[in-house]
Amino acid sequence: MSESAVTRKTTGAEPKTYWTRKRREQLAGWLFIAPEVIGMLVIAVFPLLFSLFLSLTEWNLVGGLSAIHFVGMDNFVELFRDNRFLLALKNNVLFTIGTVPVTMLLGVVLSALIHKKLYAKTFFKVAFFVPYICSTVAIAAVWQALYHPSKGPINQILMQIGLSEPPRWLVDTSFSLIAIMIIYVWQLLGYQIIIFLAGMTNIPEELYEAATIDGASGIGQFRRITLPLLGPTTFFLAITSTISSFKIFDMIKFLTDGGPNYSSTVIVYQIYEEGFERFKMGYASAMSWVLFIIIMLVTSITWMTQNRKVHY
Amino acid sequence: MTMRKFKTGNLIFTALFALLSVFFLMPLVWMLSAASKTEKEVWTFPIQWIPTDWNLVANFKAVWMGDVAFGLFYMNSIKIALISTIATIVISAMAGYALGKLDFKGRTLIFTLMLAFMMIPEQATLVPRYIMIKELGLYDSHAALILMGMFSSYFTFLLRQFMIGIHNDMLEAAELDGAGFFRIFWSVVLPLSRPILATVGIIKFIWTWNDYQGPLIMLNSTKLYTIPLGMQFFKEEFGTQISVMMMASVAAILPLLILFLALQKQVIDGIAIGGVKG
Repeated sequence: MSESAVTRKTTGAEPKTYWTRKRREQLAGWLFIAPEVIGMLVIAVFPLLFSLFLSLTEWNLVGGLSAIHFVGMDNFVELFRDNRFLLALKNNVLFTIGTVPVTMLLGVVLSALIHKKLYAKTFFKVAFFVPYICSTVAIAAVWQALYHPSKGPINQILMQIGLSEPPRWLVDTSFSLIAIMIIYVWQLLGYQIIIFLAGMTNIPEELYEAATIDGASGIGQFRRITLPLLGPTTFFLAITSTISSFKIFDMIKFLTDGGPNYSSTVIVYQIYEEGFERFKMGYASAMSWVLFIIIMLVTSITWMTQNRKVHY
Repeated sequence: MTMRKFKTGNLIFTALFALLSVFFLMPLVWMLSAASKTEKEVWTFPIQWIPTDWNLVANFKAVWMGDVAFGLFYMNSIKIALISTIATIVISAMAGYALGKLDFKGRTLIFTLMLAFMMIPEQATLVPRYIMIKELGLYDSHAALILMGMFSSYFTFLLRQFMIGIHNDMLEAAELDGAGFFRIFWSVVLPLSRPILATVGIIKFIWTWNDYQGPLIMLNSTKLYTIPLGMQFFKEEFGTQISVMMMASVAAILPLLILFLALQKQVIDGIAIGGVKG
């Protein structure tokens, strides 16, 4: 309780008014929290419930509000027969598998080296973090040029080293998703390094000193001290990276529009296409709920396994 | 930490990392180089890093003084990012103060709900938010983006975590001087929270500046476009002129890069707090 004897004494001097200190604090609390609470209800909670309702309807926005038809679970049934959606789901899973472990592995190794072996740590933190703060769209435009199938520097180098038919990257059905994964890993690596470094700074230096006295090698120390004590950080990053990989959209919209031939489509891109290009609001809402449920499942794993949240 | 002697091993690692980070940032160097070249030279191989035929001015003119009003996109982005950032700071700081320092009925419940709200992905509510904005008559306006961008349970959480650490003695001293809760918030809590407010402000500004999905869904008129949408528009107009496209990318990235380099400590600390406590 934040109320102290001192403050009670001051306000105790005026007990006859209705507006006692307690009542004023109550009112102040509600007034200060009100904008945020109202805002969250309007932009997050209501839309979430509204989309649950929409997901049970068939509604083409062009027809106006009167064109809403209740269809029960039809949209959800249809989703699992929709090849584009199934492909999007599969691509999202591939995307997670292809980016999360790689980024985390690179992240933990690079940050361990930065933490233990380097001078000018701040410089390296900043250097690796730069892509993360850059506009995803601007970066995507740069990579699109680098990936140019015939003239781009990446394929020029590949041809130079003897690959006569390098992948056509963004315009290649079997490489479009991989090309986007590479950009994604490049952009996200710096974020992971910052979080891992923050975790490493919390590991007491004495542990390493003791290990050095016992003759443990650098790699031994990394395996026996750094990695185990980074457990919570690693777990946090695994969960948040998985969630954000399921939300990927910007690069895909800007670079491939889910193509060629839906080879790089993902759930959010399908939501965009069904909702904002075909105006099938009910169907797009059903997809949104599948996305929401996936994210809830991933998050609930965190809540169930991480009891240390209590210290808030 | 005590001063250590320079170790040869660490020097070698540092040198290797310097090379590695140059390699890592190569795409951005390539962007800068391509933005200063003629279209023909962009594709020469081996890569001509320093242009033989400087074309910086012409590319600059194409981006800033061409038919596509990049300057206008800039003004739109600055306007939206500034207003959203200020609004977020005010709303989240008020909420953070209430959750961290005021005792009122329902506080715990609201705080718990707040943590739950953080899990609602924006992407899952695109459709209903678009319909709401349409029904409110705000479609194709900057107000739509600002309205959608000014509430953040994440930043409220960060601010609450900071404010809960402010010593109660300071708030009580102000109260003894006759200050009400609003006055305490304004003249004690806010000034003491300056570091975290700066962090929240800069991170929110960067996110809003780079937001592509929001404007893509909420805007229609070219004259209202923000920079990321402008890039899209630019790609449709100049997609084949890579030197000009790269100049546009430079224009989208450079101001934020400078802002980031100037305030890198706040940005990096803010990201790290979010990660460690989140």
